[in-house]
Amino acid sequence: MVGWAIAVHGGAGVDPNLPTDRQEQAKLLLTRCLNLGISALRSSASAIDVVELVVRELETDPIFNSGRGSALTEKGTVEMEASIMDGPGRKCGAVSGLTTVKNPVSLARLVMDKSPHSYLAFSGAENFAKQMGVERMENDYFITEDNVGMLKQAKEANSILFDYRIPSTGYESCGVGVESPITMNGLPISVYAPETVGCVVVDSQGRCAAATSTGGLMNKKVGRIGDSPLIGAGTYACDVCGVSCTGEGEAIIRGTVAREVAAVMEYKGLGLQAAVDFVIKERLDDGKAGVIAVSEKGEVAYGFNCVGMFRGCATEDGFMEVGIWE
Amino acid sequence: MGWAIALHGGAGDIPADLPPERRQPREAALHRILQIGVSALNAKSSPLDVVELVVRELENCPHFNAGKGSVLTSNGTVEMEACIMDGNSKRCGAVSGVSTVVNPISLARQVMEKTPHIYLAFDGAEAFAREQGLETIDKSYFITTENIERLKQAKEANRVQQDYTQPIKPKDEKETPVPDGDSKLGTVGCVAVDSLGNLAAATSTGGLVNKMAGRIGDTPIIGAGTYANKFCAISATGRGEAIIRETVARDVAAVMEYKGLGLKEAADYIVHQVSPKGTTGLVAVSSKGEVAMPFNTTGMFRASATEDGFMEIAIWPSET
Repeated sequence: MVGWAIAVHGGAGVDPNLPTDRQEQAKLLLTRCLNLGISALRSSASAIDVVELVVRELETDPIFNSGRGSALTEKGTVEMEASIMDGPGRKCGAVSGLTTVKNPVSLARLVMDKSPHSYLAFSGAENFAKQMGVERMENDYFITEDNVGMLKQAKEANSILFDYRIPSTGYESCGVGVESPITMNGLPISVYAPETVGCVVVDSQGRCAAATSTGGLMNKKVGRIGDSPLIGAGTYACDVCGVSCTGEGEAIIRGTVAREVAAVMEYKGLGLQAAVDFVIKERLDDGKAGVIAVSEKGEVAYGFNCVGMFRGCATEDGFMEVGIWE
Repeated sequence: MGWAIALHGGAGDIPADLPPERRQPREAALHRILQIGVSALNAKSSPLDVVELVVRELENCPHFNAGKGSVLTSNGTVEMEACIMDGNSKRCGAVSGVSTVVNPISLARQVMEKTPHIYLAFDGAEAFAREQGLETIDKSYFITTENIERLKQAKEANRVQQDYTQPIKPKDEKETPVPDGDSKLGTVGCVAVDSLGNLAAATSTGGLVNKMAGRIGDTPIIGAGTYANKFCAISATGRGEAIIRETVARDVAAVMEYKGLGLKEAADYIVHQVSPKGTTGLVAVSSKGEVAMPFNTTGMFRASATEDGFMEIAIWPSET
């Protein structure tokens, strides 16, 4: 028997100028989700059930970039993706290109438990959702005013960057609403909306699980798939740990980040925090990302190499922390 | 150190009594396509160009499960996926749900080189193909009579299996045994290293016979079916769901890097000690010019060559 541990995240790469009320809202949501997970763990729920439960809550709330509140494609639509993995046995499920499913992480779980496959996408995934009778909504349920505004800014930022007639010194005063020069994935951080959500849990039986969910990149090309639904990149769980990542999807894919944390634990014998630190430092190259992880021993750890990561973690012995900055 | 190349046309339950009319065209194709890769390497093409070239040839050949000759979804349609990765930069490109693009591997390469993304799928991938002016064709081009037959048999086996009160001895409860034995033909792929140690990997497939529409397998998932870094390049084939779970391609490289194993040892370890029997095969080359082609299935269509003149084309386990 091991003490349980849980960590949640709402995205790595935070605008340092994020208004305080937004910061408070985010922290309240993280706290609420953490407490939801903690109650479930106290009632002996299994890790896989807890990660799904917590991510559902994060998807339903419009604050972060998943489910309702997802970032928009270049066409102004929502295409959601998610994955879930159960450490013992390493069963996994993933979905991409969802447009009507209220809780993508739950559909990913159904792919894992009720289909002969591990990953379903686009209309095939939507058909499966209909067959399974999961709750579905019109695409505009997922679209928030905030995101419509950010999409507009992202398009403006793109067009200005490529319009050689505007001198580069004019960029700072072009009125796009860009307050900080930090960029991620080529977009100013204030419009980037990297707030993928995720949860990792180790239950009192030492079983680890992980789940990640997102609307993806703001202004992404229709059909673009990021790291969140890719097992080994954005999500991974095995006997020794559970990992969920967030940040620049392409860097996370290239670095197979989630699997990497487990691999250095398994093959190099590193402990959880050391593994997280190693991967963040050595495996992201120029990319910006963050990771949350738990180990079969009841440890919890996180790391990020960008300005801030919305996160929360708690362990059975009473430790609890919610934060954004270093 | 000289160059090395290895390519595969799928691992699976290839019966030892495969009739000559099914065996010879494939062996001949492996031979011809290997020569194409070898010539390109001798002409100093980059490994990235070589793996793309070789996989295009495999896609165009109707005898393998990629491009023309792809297996069919449960709807009788073709949904292709492909992935390419450059070892030095770890840049990669992947596509899924492609239905009209003649060479999915080239589309994957365009995603890598012409977009800020890594992975495009379904309508988005098809639209991008048209933007880039890639060759597209009517969907019926990809469908072969062999595959229509395979789908029919798979559906019948499903129906038969559900009529029994006892399951037909399945390898795992999700597998559908099919009479002619080669319905699980995987994927095609190629890995190459040049004399400077530059590595690249490419994989392409039509997926699983009778798969659900929208099903994505291991091929386009970096670290599962395809991977390359500065240590090695890997292309895997077999049961996609197992390869994803085992992060096969990444693990071979990880075991080399973190445990100091050589290529053959690392590849053998992952395929024979870690992956469930009957699910996995792979081709691999290392930055030192080594080649490995282990598989834990009955057979794997494969071919390899090294600059010093070594060459192998085979289907079942070698005698050695």
